[in-house]
Amino acid sequence: MNSFAFFGALETGFIFALVALAVFISFRILDFPDLTVDGSFPLGAAVAASMIVAGFNPFTATICACLAGAAAGSVTAWLNVKLKILHLLASILTMIALYSINLRIMDGPNKALLGVDTLLSPLDNISAVPYYIAYPIAFGLFTAFILALVIWFLQSEIGLAMRATGANPRMARANGVNTSRMVILGMAISNALVALAGALFAQSQGSADVTMGVGVIVIGLASVIGGEALLSTRTLLKWALACVFGSVLYRMVIALALNGEMFGLKAQDLNLITAVLVTLAIVAPTLKAKTKAKLNTVLNSKTKQAQE
Amino acid sequence: MIRVENLNVTFNEGTPLENPVLRGLSLAIPEGQFVTVIGSNGAGKSTLLNVVSGEVSVQKGQVYLGEQEITHWPVHQRASQVARVFQDPLTGTCESLSIEENLALAQARTKTRTLSRAAKKAFRSRFIAKLRTLQLGLENRLTDKIGLLSGGQRQAVSLLMASLQPMKLLLLDEHTAALDPKTAKFILELTDEIIRSEKLTALMVTHSMKQALSVGDRTIMLHQGKLAFDVEGEARSKMGTQDLIELFHKNHSELDDDALLLS
Repeated sequence: MNSFAFFGALETGFIFALVALAVFISFRILDFPDLTVDGSFPLGAAVAASMIVAGFNPFTATICACLAGAAAGSVTAWLNVKLKILHLLASILTMIALYSINLRIMDGPNKALLGVDTLLSPLDNISAVPYYIAYPIAFGLFTAFILALVIWFLQSEIGLAMRATGANPRMARANGVNTSRMVILGMAISNALVALAGALFAQSQGSADVTMGVGVIVIGLASVIGGEALLSTRTLLKWALACVFGSVLYRMVIALALNGEMFGLKAQDLNLITAVLVTLAIVAPTLKAKTKAKLNTVLNSKTKQAQE
Repeated sequence: MIRVENLNVTFNEGTPLENPVLRGLSLAIPEGQFVTVIGSNGAGKSTLLNVVSGEVSVQKGQVYLGEQEITHWPVHQRASQVARVFQDPLTGTCESLSIEENLALAQARTKTRTLSRAAKKAFRSRFIAKLRTLQLGLENRLTDKIGLLSGGQRQAVSLLMASLQPMKLLLLDEHTAALDPKTAKFILELTDEIIRSEKLTALMVTHSMKQALSVGDRTIMLHQGKLAFDVEGEARSKMGTQDLIELFHKNHSELDDDALLLS
């Protein structure tokens, strides 16, 4: 892997670390499997790109992208807690709706950011470091800032109420927590982060595309589950750090696999590899326990037979 | 004080599984009274508690807390005035949170939550003092996940959590049923101590007639969603479990006789 690919993977890893943190909030903290992500990622990209092209300040455009993501997350949560639609289905409905909305926002299937200033433009003109090194550093610092913000929030009174909502909603309600409101708030924050990642990704890639959200949720899950498998999750901070680490690692592994052409893998195999990796990471602990239990019963029956 | 009037609850209404659980139950508990509730399975004890806490909504009837009608208040809104200990220690505490965080969560039961730190250093000394009263050594384990504790320890913490903030009513739902006899005795004594020292109004559901008579000021029995009997004061203090059973049969046979007369 050359240094260009390495820094590219690092940059993408840090951007998708925001998605990993978002999935950490929805999937782990709120216990809400949320597929809205596949729609809110391109939503953030679409809003940011369209607004920047329309002449808005890139900073304003990125903030608006976050707000749009928050709205999308709230809709999913609202469908679930108020209309009692199953969480997975609710998120699929929002995701599908967002496809049309994204086409509307961009007035087409994509939006190029050619010859316009983005949030990253100031980094292009630093003489000391080339842009492909400046980008990952900037995204790394920004992700660290967001991580600190997420941890600070989760340790606040409201954040604690949110964690209780996901872990034990009945107990949370008995302690005066409005669990519906917590789910809506958490999903709004989660999808705002995803849209932020989408907005940054569009600005780093130079365009937004309506199909860029396909599989983002799986990448987020891969990061969270992979990070958890490799690092400690004993404290909130360590857990969130594991998610960020998982995201960067995922990008590195993919870059290595695709660059090396070791197993004859090509870029189009990306989603297949991801799906297989995530499946393995999810079932590995259960499979391990099951085979162990089976082995034990077999051994026990054999010793019994021997005793008889 | 708490008052329920003409409570009617039917599960699966309008289906073949229709199950009337409460049938016109009325009850008033004056302030500071500790009421124990007994009854066989399906008598409606837990449903009564869930109606008061807001987890089950009624088809008919009203719930009043003081002069205020709270029949249609959601659970979290009632929680500002009603505290609760669940039957299962796993339900009453949050496994993935530390002891301190569980207490901090309960500490905010009556307040509006903000973005300030939940497990404030300032709360710590109070939590430690409270935990010390349990004499379980938990005061040294504030940052341990509560999932590491035994059922009895968790139930003790659960009881502490409920009593951290003032309340108008304490609900105890067979909160010693999932514990071994020794721990159950400890939790029951602790309950009685907290209720007496804080002068709480409490409603305790129990399976054990002995337990129902050993603590509290008044005992009611539910049968098929109605009040089977209601004893307090001197009459109650003289009673043993055998008297309770006799009282139940006496009242119950009267009901049956009425049913015969009416049919």
